[in-house]
Amino acid sequence: MTLDASSLQMVKPERRLKRSDRSPLASIGLHAALVVASLVAVFPVFWVLVTSFKPDARAVETSPQLFNESSLDNYTRILGGEKGAFLTWFGNSVLIALLTTVIAVFLSATTGYAASRFRFPGKRSLLMSFLVVQMFPFAVLIVPLYNILIALGLQGSSIGLVLVYCTTAVPFCTYMLKGYFDTIPTDIDEAGRVDGLSPFGVFWRLVMPLAKPGLAVTSFYAFLTAWGEVAFASAFLSAADESKTLAVGLQVFVQQNRTEWGHLAAASILVAIPAVIVFYLVQRFLVTGLSSGAVKG
Amino acid sequence: MAEVSYVKASRVFSGNPPVRAVDELSLDVADGEFLVLVGPSGSGKSTALRMLAGLEDVDEGAIQIGGKDVTNVPPKGRDIAMVFQSYALYPHMTVAENMGFALKLRGVAKTEIKAKVEEAAKMLDLTKYLERKPKALSGGQRQRVAMGRAIVREPSVFLMDEPLSNLDAKLRVETRANIAALQQRLGTTTIYVTHDQVEAMTMGHRVAVLKDGLLQQCDTPRALYDRPANAFVAGFIGSPAMNLKTVPITSEGAKLDGVTVPLSRSALDAAGGLDEVTFGIRPEALGIVPSGEEGMEMTVELVEELGADALVHGAVKIGDSSQRFVVRVDGRTPPTLGQHVKVAVRDHTEIHLFHPETGERLEA
Ligand SMILES: Nc1ncnc2c1ncn2[C@@H]1O[C@H](COP(=O)(O)OP(=O)(O)O)[C@@H](O)[C@H]1O
Ligand SMILES: [Mg+2]
Repeated sequence: MTLDASSLQMVKPERRLKRSDRSPLASIGLHAALVVASLVAVFPVFWVLVTSFKPDARAVETSPQLFNESSLDNYTRILGGEKGAFLTWFGNSVLIALLTTVIAVFLSATTGYAASRFRFPGKRSLLMSFLVVQMFPFAVLIVPLYNILIALGLQGSSIGLVLVYCTTAVPFCTYMLKGYFDTIPTDIDEAGRVDGLSPFGVFWRLVMPLAKPGLAVTSFYAFLTAWGEVAFASAFLSAADESKTLAVGLQVFVQQNRTEWGHLAAASILVAIPAVIVFYLVQRFLVTGLSSGAVKG
Repeated sequence: MAEVSYVKASRVFSGNPPVRAVDELSLDVADGEFLVLVGPSGSGKSTALRMLAGLEDVDEGAIQIGGKDVTNVPPKGRDIAMVFQSYALYPHMTVAENMGFALKLRGVAKTEIKAKVEEAAKMLDLTKYLERKPKALSGGQRQRVAMGRAIVREPSVFLMDEPLSNLDAKLRVETRANIAALQQRLGTTTIYVTHDQVEAMTMGHRVAVLKDGLLQQCDTPRALYDRPANAFVAGFIGSPAMNLKTVPITSEGAKLDGVTVPLSRSALDAAGGLDEVTFGIRPEALGIVPSGEEGMEMTVELVEELGADALVHGAVKIGDSSQRFVVRVDGRTPPTLGQHVKVAVRDHTEIHLFHPETGERLEA
C-alpha cells in the first residue's frame, strides 16, 4: 500500500478551465474517460454489495439484479454468530488496529520530530534504514519476527501483533511526519520555548496541532496496515477462534471445495465500514495551509 | 526590569573552518536602556541576540541578566520576551490566545490574562482582532500581535530581531516610532537587532556596531556619527556613506587632487610615520565652490535629487586613479551631468583619519 500526503491533499487549482473553453468533442472524450474510470473503480465494490444481499446459489449469476431476491439474511447470520465468532473477530481487529494506530503514530511523531529538529550522529543512516526496511517483502520477515516474539514471550498475543504492525508502519510514518514537521517553521518552536514551554511542551502543544494533516494521513495508513492484514495475523495470533482478527476469520467462508460467496461479500462490506469511518474522521484534517499565517505577511 | 551583560561571550559554529559568529562580545546594557545591535548581514547580530535568549549555546564567556549568570539557563528561565523577524505567531491560536499563551503556561488566572491581553490590545490597536487567527491579519497587524505577545508577559528584557523588515517602507517608519515610544513608556530594557543603520540611529539610546562577529563600537548615535572608531563604522553609519579614500599625506596635510587639506596637529602626530592614510569626509562636509577658488576638480557622473538636497556623485583624480566622491548640495541648484565643478572641504573639523591598514581612527 502506498499513500502519500500529496495524493490525499485537496489542492485548489490556480485557475479552473471553464466549460466553455473546451470543444464539445473534447468534452465528450473527457466525460467518457471519467465515466469509464469511475466504473472500473466502483464496479467491484458494487458487485460485492449486490452479492452480499443474495443467497450463495445465485451469487455468480451473469446478470445480477439488485432488487429481486435481495435480503439481509447473509448479514443477520454473520452478525448472529452462525458463521463463526464474527463480532469477537471484529472486536479484536478494532482493538489491534486502534492500538497500532496510536502507538505507531506516537512513535513516529516523536521520532520524526527529533529527525526534523535535532542534529545527532547517525541521523542520516537512521532515515536511510527506514527507507531500506520498506523494500523487504513482508513474507521474508515472518520467521525472524516470530523468533523475536517468542524471545519476548509475546507469541500469539495481540500486543505482539501490534508490535509487528508497528515495525512496518513506523518507518513509513516517521518519514512522512518528518517531511511534514520540516514544513513547520522552527521559529514557532523557539517562540514557544521563550514563552515558557519545555522541549516536549513545544512538540505537544505547538507542533502536533500544526501537523494535523500529516498526522491524519499517517493515522489512516497505520490503521489500514493493521486492519486488512492477513499474513502476519495468521502467523502470529494463536489458532483459537476467539483470538482471530477479521481478515483471518473471513477465511472460514472460503473452504477447500466450497466458497460461501454471499457470506463472504456481506462480511467484506462489514469489514469495510470501519475503514470508511476512519477515513471520514481523518479526511477533514487533510486540508493544506494549517500553518499559514505563522510567518510574515 | 534588568540590566544585561555579555562577558566575552562567543558562539563558534563547527565547520571547516569553524565560524566565530560572535567573537568575545563584551557589552553592558543598562536597566531600561534601548540598545540597538546593527551590522551588515551575517555579522552575528541574530546569533548574539539568540545567545541572550538561550536559543543558541554560549561556547565561551558568559551572559548575565539582572546580575545573574544565565549562561546555562534555558529560555523559559530567563524572563525575556522575543519578537521574531518572521513574527512566529502560533497559527492555530487566535490573537488573544497568542498573546496570553505565556501567561497561561505560568498558571495565571483566566480573568487576569484576559484583562492583560485586552490592555495590551488597546495599546496596540488590536482590540477588533482578538478573536481572529493570524492567517486573517495583515502584515502590520501580525507585527503588532508579535509585539503584544511580548508586552503581555511584562518580561525584564525585550529582544527584537529585525521586527520591521517585513513591513513596507511607510509602515516601517510609523512602527519604528511606535516601538520607540512604547519602550519609553514601559521602560523595559530592550535589545533590538537591525541591519538598517537609519533604524539604529533613530531608535537606540546606544548603538552597537558588529562586523564579522566582532564588536566595532558601542556608543550613542551622535557619538557614532561624529567620532567613528574605525573606517568600518565610519562607512556604515550615515546615509549616504562617508567618502573614504586612501590618500598620501605630508607634513602639511592630506593630498587630494591638487589641493592639500590641512590637518590638525594632533591628527598629523597620530599619523606620524605613515605616508598614506584613509581620509574620510561626509558628503555634507564637502561643497561645490565657484570655479576660481581652490578645490578638487570633479566631473559630475550622477545627480540624485532628494528634494531639499541633491547628492552629486563624481570622479576626482587622486594620484593616478580616479575616485568617486559624493557631495551633498542644495537641492534647488544642482550641477548638471558631465559638468566640471570644483569641490572643497567646507568644514575642516569634520575630517576623519583612519589607519590605512588597520582602519583604526587616528588622533585622540
Ligand atoms: N546554525 C548555524 N550553523 C552554522 N553557521 C551559522 C549558523 N547560524 C548562523 N551561522 C553563521 O553565523 C554568522 C552570523 O549569522 P547571523 O547571526 O544570523 O547574522 P546576522 O543576523 O547578523 O545577519 C553567519 O556567517 C552565518 O553563516
Ligand atoms: Mg539576522
